[in-house]
Order: sequence, then C-alpha cells, then structure tokens
Amino acid sequence: MTSAAEIVRQAERDDVRSRWLLSAPALLIIFFAAIGPLFVMLAYSFMAKGDYGDVRFGEFSLDGWFSVLFQRDIFDDTIGLADAHLSIFWRSVKLSLITTIVTLALGFPTAYFIATRPPHTREVWVFLVTIPFWTNLLIRTFAMQEVIRNEGILNTVMIRLGLIDQPIQLMYTDAAILFGMVYVYLPLMVLPLYASMEKLDFRLVEAGYDLYATRLRVLWRIIIPLVRPGIVAGSILVFIPSLGAYVIPRVLGGGKSMMLGNLIELQFGAGRNWPLGAAISITLMAMVMVALLVYVRNAARSGAQHG
Amino acid sequence: MASRRTFDLRSQPAFSFVALFTFFMLYLPIAALVMYAFNAGSSMAVWEGVSLRWFYEAAGNERVQEAALRSAVIAMFAALIATIAATMAAIATTRTKPYPGLTFKYAFINQPLMVPEIVTAVALLIVFSRIKVWTGYSGLGYLIAAHSAFCIPFAYLPIRARLENMDLSLETAAADLYATKWQAFRHVTLPLLRPGIIAGFMLAFVISLDDVVITEFVKSGGQDTLPTYMLGQLRRETTPEINAIAVAFLLFSVLLVTAFFFINRRKV
Repeated sequence: MTSAAEIVRQAERDDVRSRWLLSAPALLIIFFAAIGPLFVMLAYSFMAKGDYGDVRFGEFSLDGWFSVLFQRDIFDDTIGLADAHLSIFWRSVKLSLITTIVTLALGFPTAYFIATRPPHTREVWVFLVTIPFWTNLLIRTFAMQEVIRNEGILNTVMIRLGLIDQPIQLMYTDAAILFGMVYVYLPLMVLPLYASMEKLDFRLVEAGYDLYATRLRVLWRIIIPLVRPGIVAGSILVFIPSLGAYVIPRVLGGGKSMMLGNLIELQFGAGRNWPLGAAISITLMAMVMVALLVYVRNAARSGAQHG
Repeated sequence: MASRRTFDLRSQPAFSFVALFTFFMLYLPIAALVMYAFNAGSSMAVWEGVSLRWFYEAAGNERVQEAALRSAVIAMFAALIATIAATMAAIATTRTKPYPGLTFKYAFINQPLMVPEIVTAVALLIVFSRIKVWTGYSGLGYLIAAHSAFCIPFAYLPIRARLENMDLSLETAAADLYATKWQAFRHVTLPLLRPGIIAGFMLAFVISLDDVVITEFVKSGGQDTLPTYMLGQLRRETTPEINAIAVAFLLFSVLLVTAFFFINRRKV
C-alpha cells in the first residue's frame, strides 16, 4: 500500500523533474553559447600556439600562461617581466578605479538630487538617466568622440573663450578613455544609488540636525552610512564593465592606449597567440570574480546589519 | 521686517549644482552627435548649414540597408528564442520551495551577466571557428545562438518579477473548477504574465540590437550588423553619414525604451 506521505513525495519528485524539463532550453542555450566555450578556452590556454593563429590541438604547453607576465629575450634567452602586458594590466585597473571614483563623485549628488525631488517629478529624472543607459554603447562612445575630438565641442568652446590657442589632443589618450567610460557607465552608478536613497528615512537626518550636527556631518555620519549598499552596488556595477571595456578604448584610445580587452583581441588577431589570449581572458575573468566576491560579502554583511 | 529663513532638511550644499551639471553632461554628447548629423558639409570639422543630406545617403547606402536588416533579423530570432526559454525557466524557478539545483539554475541563467563580454566573445570565436570548419556551415545561426544566450538573463528578469508578484488565487480557482494544469496555464497564468513577457521580449530585442563585442568576434565575413558596420566605419575618416545612422538608431532605441517604461509601469 502506498501511504499518503509517499504520494506527496512522489508528487514533489514529479514537480522537481518537470521544473528541470522546463528550464532545460535556457540552460542548454547558455551552456552551448556562453559557459561551455569558456571551458574550451580554459583548455586552449594550456595548448601550444599554432603558426597562423589557432592552437596545435592537444599539444600541452604552459607558454600561454607564462607569457601573461613574462617574456624570453630573443637574443640571450633570459627571462624578464613582460612590461608591455604589465603596463596594460596596470592601466586597466587604474582607469577602472578612476572611473569608479569619478562616477561616484558625480553620481552621488545626482542620485541625492533625484531622491529629494517631489515624488511625481522623480520619475522624470530617473527616466532622463535611463535613456542614455539604454542607448547603444557604441553610439554613446561615438557621441563622446564628438565632444573631445580636436574639432569637437570642448576644444571649440575653449578656443572661442580664449582659454587655449591650439586644440588639446584628447583623442587616443588615457584621458579620452576616461571621458568615455565615465560617460558611458555613469547611469550604472546613479541608478543603484538612487534606489537606496529613495528609501532614506529623513527623520534620521532631522534628528541629526536637532542634535546640532552640521550639514557635512549629517552627510558623513548619517546619509552615507545608510546608503552604503547603493554605493557598493554602484561601484561594482561600474568597476566590472570598466575592467573588461573593449569598445571604448578601441574607439577613443585608438590602439595607442590599450586596455585588457584590446590586448585580448590583439592576441586573437594580429598577435596570433591564441593560448596567450585565452590565458589573459581567464585572468580578466578571475579579476572580475574577485570584485564580485568582495561585493557579495559586503552585501551579506550590510544585509545582516540592517535586517 | 525680519524674514525667517526656512531650514531645508534635505538640501546639501552644491549637490543640486553637481546634479544639474551631470544631466547636462549626459545629454551634451548626444546633442553634438545629433547636430552633426544635420551638417550639410561632408567634413566632420566644419559646420556648413542644416540639411538632411546624410540621412538620405545613409538610407540609400546598400551596406547600411543590409546591416540594418541583418540586425533586425538576428534580434527578432534571438529575442524570440530567449523569451520562450526565459519564460519556461521563470516558471520553473518561481513560486516553489527551494529544491535541489535551484540556486544552480539562478547562477547558470545569470552567468552571461557576470563574465566580461570580450571574454565570452573570444571563447565563442574559438569554439565557433572550429565548428565552422567541421560543419562547413557559416550562416547567421552562430550569431543567433550567441545572442539568444546573452539575452536570456535580460528576458528572464521582468518575467520572473511578474510571476513572483502574481496573485495565486485565480490559478487556485481554475484548479478548483477542474482545469487541467495546461488549461490553467493557458487561460489564467499566461494572460496575467503577458506584460512581463512583452517587457522581457523588448528588453532582449534591444540588448541584441545593441550588441557590438560578441557580434564582432562571432560574425563571418560579410555578416556585419548595424553596430559592427559603424565600428568598422569609425576606423576610417568618418563623414556625417555615420552620425545620421547613429541618430536613427538612437531614435529607435528611445522609442523602444519609452514603450518598455510604460508597459512595465502598467500594473494589473
């Protein structure tokens, strides 16, 4: 005899099985066209490079990983650090950090401004931030080029005002990449910041003023600690795509100012060193994972604090 | 008469100024882009008066037409596939007790959001280039597959949100009236879910349409989409034609986003 408990268990098993069947198409598509290839790439990073790109299939080699950080001198075979790669790693981290700081400096007041508008106008301001966010990244990068190129708006205005005689060469410099990344990723900072500021309880601010706190002190001791989850989320959302940026440095940095994304492309293109490209890709992915872990731990902690 | 200054709790000195500057900065580049699209001259440097010349040139350019059509076809298929897969996955992962593999599914479905696009792009290049050699097929299928994969998490988001906020009592009522599981789904759940599905489809469509990086690495020769065509053009001396294309693209995106905004706001 089957007991009631067994029938329930059987029904639960059926339910779980049908839930797996239902999610199968999504899981399979993502496996074949996103996750699986990453494992293939991991394998490729341990193979010997082919002469015209690709790899010598199945031939094990650590050269790819070795060349991420080191290079062998072509004359005397001594091993030295790969300065070119290191400087690109450093530039990627540096530019991403500066981008995060600048977007925070601009985004925090902006989010605060939106959160303190009357409720019915807030939506309009949020919408104004959302539109650039959903505009094609390439188009926004190109739009920034219109501002900073030699004949662009910035230089034209500054020459007209008599601030400079000659246009400042911004295109194809680190500064150009910074302009582009700040512009493109700013909405990613503003939106999560706004989400946490919207919930801010201004009675706490009032209490601060009642206790004779100055505006700066209220900002520093009350507002910033309360919106910290938004600050962390926004920073991560800006830092991670900045680190993996490809289109912005390609268009605005123009091959002179490379970031990791462009270094990877180079290895799969003219560099013809797929294992090295694969190894750098995995390194980049690992850096992103570390940033994400920091975020998850942070979110868990602040979640515990604020319930 | 001594006027008493009111003390505004919420005001922080200089914040409004920075905020308005930021909004100005957000729209200045777009304004510049739009302005040069209407430039009558063929140089990007000199302003020669207003004209629609470059819009006509872009619309008449065969390569632009082909790329636009290809973009639309890929986005249509990818969004359709992603939305169907995401809807099924959303049903399978909501309104249930935690079961073995649920967290795994979340992680799997959101994975395309976690990995930098350039990394996925070169990984796909590696795998697809080998499959192309093996099978000899080099059609749009690869692009559609790649786009479907990274569109799934975007389609999944609004559908799942909609499902979680949905009232269960109607489905229970259907079950009470002896509807089969399928009938209840078809006549109760699906109609209630429709706004979420439409939102998910539109989101996926925009994401696919906008993609540059993965398309650039997966496409075979002669498979330019509108964004990769523009990226290719940016390498050369550009004419305002590319501004005109960008403006048309921009307008289309803004329309889609506005529509999305209103669909998502409508609460049933």
